[in-house]
Amino acid sequence: MPGKMKRNYGICFAAVILGFLLLCLLFDTSLLGKKAVYFNGLIVIGMFYTIIVCSLNLLTGYMGEFSLGHAGFMSIGAYLSAIVTTLIKDNMELPSLVLFLIAILVGGIAAGIVGILVGIPALRLSGDYLCIVTVAVAEIVRVVLSNFGIPAITGSATFGKSFAGIAKVSDFHYVYFTMVICIFIMYCYIRSGYGRALISIREDRIAAAASGINVTKTKVLTFTISAFFAGVAGAIYAHYITTLVPTYFNFSKSAEFLAIVILGGSGSMMGSIVVAPILSALPQLISYVVPAFASYRMLIYAVILVAVMIFKPTGLFGGREFSLPNFLDRMLGKNKKEKG
Amino acid sequence: MLKVENLNVYYGVIQAIENVSLEVNDGEIVTLIGANGAGKTTILHTITGLKKATSGTVLWDGKDLLKEEPSRIVTHGVAHVPEGRHVFVDMTVRENLEMGAYRYGRKDKDKVAERMEAVFQRFPRLKERQNQLAGTFSGGEQQMLAVGRALMSDPRIILMDEPSMGLSPLLVQEIFAIIREVNRQGITILLVEQNAKMALKTADRAYVLETGKIKLSGDARELLRNDEVKKAYLGA
Ligand SMILES: Nc1ncnc2c1ncn2[C@@H]1O[C@H](COP(=O)(O)OP(=O)(O)OP(=O)(O)O)[C@@H](O)[C@H]1O
Ligand SMILES: [Mg+2]
Repeated sequence: MPGKMKRNYGICFAAVILGFLLLCLLFDTSLLGKKAVYFNGLIVIGMFYTIIVCSLNLLTGYMGEFSLGHAGFMSIGAYLSAIVTTLIKDNMELPSLVLFLIAILVGGIAAGIVGILVGIPALRLSGDYLCIVTVAVAEIVRVVLSNFGIPAITGSATFGKSFAGIAKVSDFHYVYFTMVICIFIMYCYIRSGYGRALISIREDRIAAAASGINVTKTKVLTFTISAFFAGVAGAIYAHYITTLVPTYFNFSKSAEFLAIVILGGSGSMMGSIVVAPILSALPQLISYVVPAFASYRMLIYAVILVAVMIFKPTGLFGGREFSLPNFLDRMLGKNKKEKG
Repeated sequence: MLKVENLNVYYGVIQAIENVSLEVNDGEIVTLIGANGAGKTTILHTITGLKKATSGTVLWDGKDLLKEEPSRIVTHGVAHVPEGRHVFVDMTVRENLEMGAYRYGRKDKDKVAERMEAVFQRFPRLKERQNQLAGTFSGGEQQMLAVGRALMSDPRIILMDEPSMGLSPLLVQEIFAIIREVNRQGITILLVEQNAKMALKTADRAYVLETGKIKLSGDARELLRNDEVKKAYLGA
């Protein structure tokens, strides 16, 4: 059914453009007035959250392994990309888009390389053991960042004190399309033969291996891709926030990402895409209205998480993909029955 | 021809397989029987690379499978139906079968379709239910699916690990009928079984494994009459 597929792609493409125009309307005009800067920030944060949560969903939802160290991969992407762009910025003048592209590529590749290095030995483990290794890696990265610095960039300060003055190039126009492309690539990966192999490993490792699937290679590849996109998210974060402190990337950040994956539905990309921006923005929005709420952020998460686990244990989208074209069909009452 | 020679396999310091040698000639049904924990599954896993051997050789048409990547072994025409109905429960029957043809990749669609047709012909029940989730299948149907999935890779030999496990007597008969059927079409079979009686009736030759060592071997029908075998495995 290539005709139908073409149509589905068309609808998704239209939705992407529509979303972009909507954002432009909100932020490139004076519609929101003074509040625009604030909401603009929420949107960028929501978008990098979406990327990292989707990348984590690749592991939890499709590979069936938990990582409690995604903030670690994110921090590698953030720091490495910031070091590189700071060095470039000091020596030459580059358009912000170029600097942004360099940042996300460097961030992604750096985190991806660490992903391979960790993945090859660690993916012999699975379940709780693998989870502990990911926690350890993230903590090691955080401690290292807290105690080292590169004098050429940070002067005598270590990274731990805060790495400031990073170029602010994470403009929401760029970030939006980066997010769309990242999600598209991950989606294609899941739909590819590798994705099929991945799901079969999750369901039954022995049967997958007996069918001629290279279990280790598939797992390492997925882990690397997941780390890559976590690094991209880190680079976006660094070049939006412009000041990095290692404590941001702590254990509870990793736990937060995992909680969002589970809330949205482990194994549902659409769940992550819908829930990540909401949950990244919600606590901030509430604390915008009620300042005292800021410290209750994790509490909100906990309550929502418990409620979802009770009423919908598989997450809001329950491992199933939500398809915009099918949804439209249903809304317009244009389903198969009509034809038949 | 499959030729296992002087195989030694350890789990940590515990030796599970000790100096095992066995042969399966083309077109034969050879059965490997033995009590729980004798090491039957371990031998099959070693042949298909799911478990590493400490020493020994596994020759398949002169090629040493122990030196092959596990994921490549299926491309040499060796299929494995693992113990305990390992099917992909959250996939449909059709998707399960497609995974069996994973060696052909996504490009060779014709070959996959051809294999699918052949499997459907042998198991019409799978065809009727091709869009049903494998997890909703009964035990016997899952076993059938696991055999179907192995056939998807167009194997020349199938290693079957206790296909009759947990099935009702009637289904056991059916599974063994399928095994003979498959064999008649020219596929060699190495059959691991607890159900020694059925296995010995079905096979051409047999090996008896006891705590990791080959205890007896020979013509299946002769072993069926062997007093030692009768006492230990046939409950008579
Ligand atoms: N992963 C493992 N780690 C440690 N020991 C193992 C492992 N798998 C099997 N063994 C041991 O190796 C020996 C042989 O086990 P194997 O599973 O090959 O037996 P089997 O003949 O297939 O038994 P069954 O008829 O119960 O399936 C047993 O003593 C078992 O405890
Ligand atoms: Mg066994």
